[in-house]
Amino acid sequence: MTLSRSARWLLRGAMALGLAFIYLPLAVVLINSFNADRTFAWPPAHWTMQWWARAGDNAGAREALWMSVKAGLGATAIALLLGSLVAFAVQRYRFFGRGAVSLLVVLPIALPGIVTGIALDTAFRSVLAPLGIGKGLFSVIVGHATFCVVVVYNNVLARLRRSGGNLQEASADLGADGWQTFRYVTFPVLRSALLAGALLAFGLSFDEIIVTTFTAGPGVQTLPIWIFSNLFRPNQAPVINVVAAVLIVASVVPIYLAQRISDTATGGRL
Amino acid sequence: MSAGPATPAVALRGLRKSFGAVEAVAGVDLEIADGEFFAMLGPSGSGKTTVLRMIAGFEPPTAGTVLLSGRDVTRLAPFERDVNTVFQDYALFPHLTVRQNVEYGLRVRKVGRAERRARADEALRDVRLDGLGDRRPAALSGGQRQRVALARALVVRPKVLLLDEPLGALDLKLREQMQVELKALQREVGITFVFVTHDQEEALTMSDRVAVFTEGRIAQVGTPAEVYERPATPFVAGFVGTSNLLSGDAARVVLGRDGTFSVRPEKIRLDGPAASAEETAAAGRIAEVVYAGATTRFVVDLDAGARLVVMQQNLTTSSADVAALRGTPVRLAWRTEHAVAVPDPVVPTPRDKESAHAYR
Repeated sequence: MTLSRSARWLLRGAMALGLAFIYLPLAVVLINSFNADRTFAWPPAHWTMQWWARAGDNAGAREALWMSVKAGLGATAIALLLGSLVAFAVQRYRFFGRGAVSLLVVLPIALPGIVTGIALDTAFRSVLAPLGIGKGLFSVIVGHATFCVVVVYNNVLARLRRSGGNLQEASADLGADGWQTFRYVTFPVLRSALLAGALLAFGLSFDEIIVTTFTAGPGVQTLPIWIFSNLFRPNQAPVINVVAAVLIVASVVPIYLAQRISDTATGGRL
Repeated sequence: MSAGPATPAVALRGLRKSFGAVEAVAGVDLEIADGEFFAMLGPSGSGKTTVLRMIAGFEPPTAGTVLLSGRDVTRLAPFERDVNTVFQDYALFPHLTVRQNVEYGLRVRKVGRAERRARADEALRDVRLDGLGDRRPAALSGGQRQRVALARALVVRPKVLLLDEPLGALDLKLREQMQVELKALQREVGITFVFVTHDQEEALTMSDRVAVFTEGRIAQVGTPAEVYERPATPFVAGFVGTSNLLSGDAARVVLGRDGTFSVRPEKIRLDGPAASAEETAAAGRIAEVVYAGATTRFVVDLDAGARLVVMQQNLTTSSADVAALRGTPVRLAWRTEHAVAVPDPVVPTPRDKESAHAYR
């Protein structure tokens, strides 16, 4: 398709404007984390590392970060296990309710977080707490897993569909038993899809705030929650900037890697 | 049963397969001799691929047995059978190099690294892919992938090689070239080849024997010449070659006999000299002329009421000449023995596409 000169420039301008609107505020946060002025006078007159040092010393932020990592790892582990199992079932077998299962697995990512949050809150308080499973870190992990399963499921299912069902048959045909087929064919073919799914799942979990609010037990504070509760304390503002900057980097890296992995994996497919 | 020289490489007895209410294979008995190049020919949905998959072990039969060299393997898994498959889409492992793909069958059998490599390289040489061992399948052309699939299956030296529409994904030139190469390769390695195809020309040119499948059953088994010259049913007459059938009144008027008869288009002369005693003649009118380079196909409506296709080599004619013949009256003549009685009564089969195909 060819576009006229003016149309090309118009589209480029719109593109630049859109991206600038998204990324300039993020850049401001990053820059302000080094801004020596306590009220963030713009442009920054002096630079400092003291906010980073203070954030590093802040026990609350450190604990919250550790809590977020634990929640993310837990949710990712559950998502990897359940997501790939469901993807295998949906891809390989024809069974009653297959379409429904496929929809129900994907739905949580579209459900408003507040609905998931309220529902899980009720479930944990009125049903599971009497059984001894109260709200705590575990409930946060379960809450996050509900939507983390979706990204793993989607990634694995897409890979299974593209790689064709008869790779397993070809392997068996050449003399490989079930375990050899899994080890030499099925798992290597899925490896990058699993990694991409895991990175996305971790990224989703790491910045989740709504479901976390409803499912976190007493004393469980993830990093986003910590930020939210310290946001309006004036003397914490510089530290918040630092934490936000850390979060930006922490989410960009896995997403970038996930995209790279799925690109190279699909580029090299049959 | 003992495995002697007379034991067939593959024997199928009363083989049936149902998918739900659909009976894909409705009773197949077949013996394929050791070292044979055997074709299973039929339209899509005729059950030929399902039979192949039951030989390979991917589908358990609903009833019947599969014997390989006299041994009942009906209940054995694919990896316990001494057969290998070349898949229609090749099913090469995308994460392995070409050499690793070829080595795969040896690797899972725990063959040592050095021997594995030597045998894989030899197999790649056999299919003329030496030097491409370090590439990924994605970096190969369709024809090259096909060869990798062949090498990968042959390197483990199976008793029987199964090929599922092996040339279906290749373009015409490559397909013709691979037909010749496959045949040469089979002679070289001496392995029984069983291949599935819907292309009658492929089946006739490549195989020692052909089984023609329709609706889950075998309509006829024989050498290409037998199947082509003496079709056992109207379906075979129509599927293998052009359906040129004379039946009912037309057969009575032209041949003076009752029944259904098949005359192959190339056996018929157009406006030849007056029919001799060994020949049958019929008058008609040219309804359509299809110029095809080396040959021309004439569709002739007989006065007696049937429609025959006549194929003529363009020895002296050219497209300009033949096109002018449309609508002119002609006399057809063929040797009487070439009108072959086709036993079954004509049943309307969805073969219209095939006869249209013949006019191309």
